[in-house]
Amino acid sequence: MTQFNEMYQGVDVRQPYARLKDWVGHMPQELRSLKQAEAEALFRRIGITFAVYGEGGDPDRLIPFDMFPRVFSGSEWAKLERGIKQRARALNAFLVDVYGRGEIIRAGRIPARLVYQNEAYEKAVAGFVPPKGVYSHIVGVDIVRTGPDDFYVLEDNCRTPSGVSYMLESREIMMRMFPDLFRENRIEPVDTYSEKLRRTLSSVAPGKCKGEPTVVILTPGHFNSAYYEHSLLADLMGVELVEGQDLFVDGEYVYMRTTEGPQRVDVIYRRIDDAYLDPLCFRPDSMLGIPGLMDVYRSGGVSICSAPGAGVADDKAVYTYVPDMVRFYLGEEPILKNVPTWQCGREDDLKHVLSNLPDLVVKEVHGSGGYGMLVGPKATKEEIDRFRLKLAEDPGNYIAQPTLALSTVPTFVDEGVAPRHVDLRPYCLVGERIELVPGGLTRVALKEGSLVVNSSQGGGVKDTWVLAE
Amino acid sequence: MRLTVDHVTRYRYDAPARSVVQSHRLTPSAFAGQKVLDWEVTVEGGTRGARHRDGAGDVVQGWTVAGPVTEVIVRVRGTVETQDLAGVLRGHRETVAPDCYLRETLPTRIDVALADLAGSATGPDRLSLAHALSAAVSDAIAYRPGVTHAHTTAAEALALGEGVCQDHAHALIVCARHRGIPARYVSGYLFATEDGTPHEAAHAWAELFVPGLDWVGFDPANRCCPDARYIRLGSGFDAQDAAPIRGIARGGAGEDMDVTVAVQQSVQ
Repeated sequence: MTQFNEMYQGVDVRQPYARLKDWVGHMPQELRSLKQAEAEALFRRIGITFAVYGEGGDPDRLIPFDMFPRVFSGSEWAKLERGIKQRARALNAFLVDVYGRGEIIRAGRIPARLVYQNEAYEKAVAGFVPPKGVYSHIVGVDIVRTGPDDFYVLEDNCRTPSGVSYMLESREIMMRMFPDLFRENRIEPVDTYSEKLRRTLSSVAPGKCKGEPTVVILTPGHFNSAYYEHSLLADLMGVELVEGQDLFVDGEYVYMRTTEGPQRVDVIYRRIDDAYLDPLCFRPDSMLGIPGLMDVYRSGGVSICSAPGAGVADDKAVYTYVPDMVRFYLGEEPILKNVPTWQCGREDDLKHVLSNLPDLVVKEVHGSGGYGMLVGPKATKEEIDRFRLKLAEDPGNYIAQPTLALSTVPTFVDEGVAPRHVDLRPYCLVGERIELVPGGLTRVALKEGSLVVNSSQGGGVKDTWVLAE
Repeated sequence: MRLTVDHVTRYRYDAPARSVVQSHRLTPSAFAGQKVLDWEVTVEGGTRGARHRDGAGDVVQGWTVAGPVTEVIVRVRGTVETQDLAGVLRGHRETVAPDCYLRETLPTRIDVALADLAGSATGPDRLSLAHALSAAVSDAIAYRPGVTHAHTTAAEALALGEGVCQDHAHALIVCARHRGIPARYVSGYLFATEDGTPHEAAHAWAELFVPGLDWVGFDPANRCCPDARYIRLGSGFDAQDAAPIRGIARGGAGEDMDVTVAVQQSVQ
């Protein structure tokens, strides 16, 4: 399998990385160690140690930061941007549709069972169209690259994708440590993210809200592994960070307790799952939510971002149909490709998967974080046999994909600089308009040859540059 | 038939609650089988909150009561003109796709006994099968109050062989779903004619989806389909999802609940 190196083509350096060749070439070992230690200290000082959503692992473990940036040219990014925005539009159109008339199902383009019997499908919001017709306001699209022009979407995250604080902090730290790099290269800024997020959230305030909307971030609390990110975003946007107990329903609205008395809340950027939002509508034992919230939401008294029920669009079994969604709703050809995916619940697919296990990646439909998955080419015979049994037992719970030759980016390792595999998660904002800051979270598999970039499995992060044209 | 309802639910808290929030499905459904003549829901000391009609067609009304709260009294009073449609929910406006109701929930989880029960029923078409399933549930679970409770699952009730309307409805829902028929839980009121006893005046049954007729009610507890004696309030995946009153008290302790329901035929 030939792997695309994003910097080197043989001995030649690809254009976007041109100036980094000198930078790394002129960096003595001592300086490098010094800078690496400095970066780590900075990350630790700001307290950013969380694991990316749903990955589990030790929440206080520092995720390794690699100083070697990942770079896109302006034209490479332009194509990615068009593809990501297209996908975000299609996913939202799908959500409005499946909670409405379900045209895509009536048209036979996606099986009813996948949608209506999906655990993430919320009957409670059927028939409801959120403000501006947006269900997923922050769409995190996980992308891998296999060649100069070959990008594949691994999965979509339509609920509350996390990790954006790494994008922001990695940039901040790089600028602090290597100011010269930012003078020599024309790098598009990412620090406009919080302003754009704020604008996006304000733009979906409910119709009943008059004047400037009050926006809050709802966090499960400081025990949550992404708490740092919640508080960072609240700070940057200048909005309150609240927990369920800080909010209450009175009459037709939701209020926040403040020292000056109750203040009405118009938009809730929630970082808790649907199941915990409102014990009167979902899990009755939830201590994190706000009783009565869903009644207020459904009657247009408050907006919830992402909208309850958005998760049905990012299910791994639904993922297969995203290119169809693009064609069905937008009448366009998908710009970004899906990874070919076999649904093990289908008999023919399962047959293919079982006879090609050593070459495939097998994932749980509802799994995340690189747990419970089989990477065929890296697996032992025992592991493969174990998966064979799992597949026979509950085939519908699994999908399989070919092992992709993920691109590599030079990365600092003990021996110097070596290529390591990367992926990319940009954060697309959807409100009155669709916006994407030029950048994202680049995750890197620090283990040699490893294809698993999840932080729980030895992954790190890099600053992601988009060069101005 | 003209039915009047007087339904009082009283919650008492030993230690006062800081606040109480409730979500009600206490408005009779709008469909060809019932016409509301007058209807009023009051919560003493409460503030009427947000109101909406959900995707299943139910009117959902929020209420909040500011603390300290030692007692909440929810009173439902009204008159409904009903008509016997042989269980068919004709003219009911809803947007939820019937396939949604094939999903399993905690109290409606299948087990071997329920699967066997579901498998024992036969019928040449879906409507006959639905009737057969309902009859099978009536035969398998005898009506007996007090042996089951609010959290009893369908599987537990079938194992006991006894239960109340909630258990019958849950069991029928599981059996129907197992046979590929979308099924849901319905809560409402029942006018008990002959003996006049008020038991099960707050009633529950199941609705099964039959193409051509859409939703059709089945009441295995009374071996019949809902007729003019029934008033339909709302539906859900199971009893909890369809509950006429869902509420939560912040703070407070020792909640005690007391319900009285009277359904009577009124003289025109």
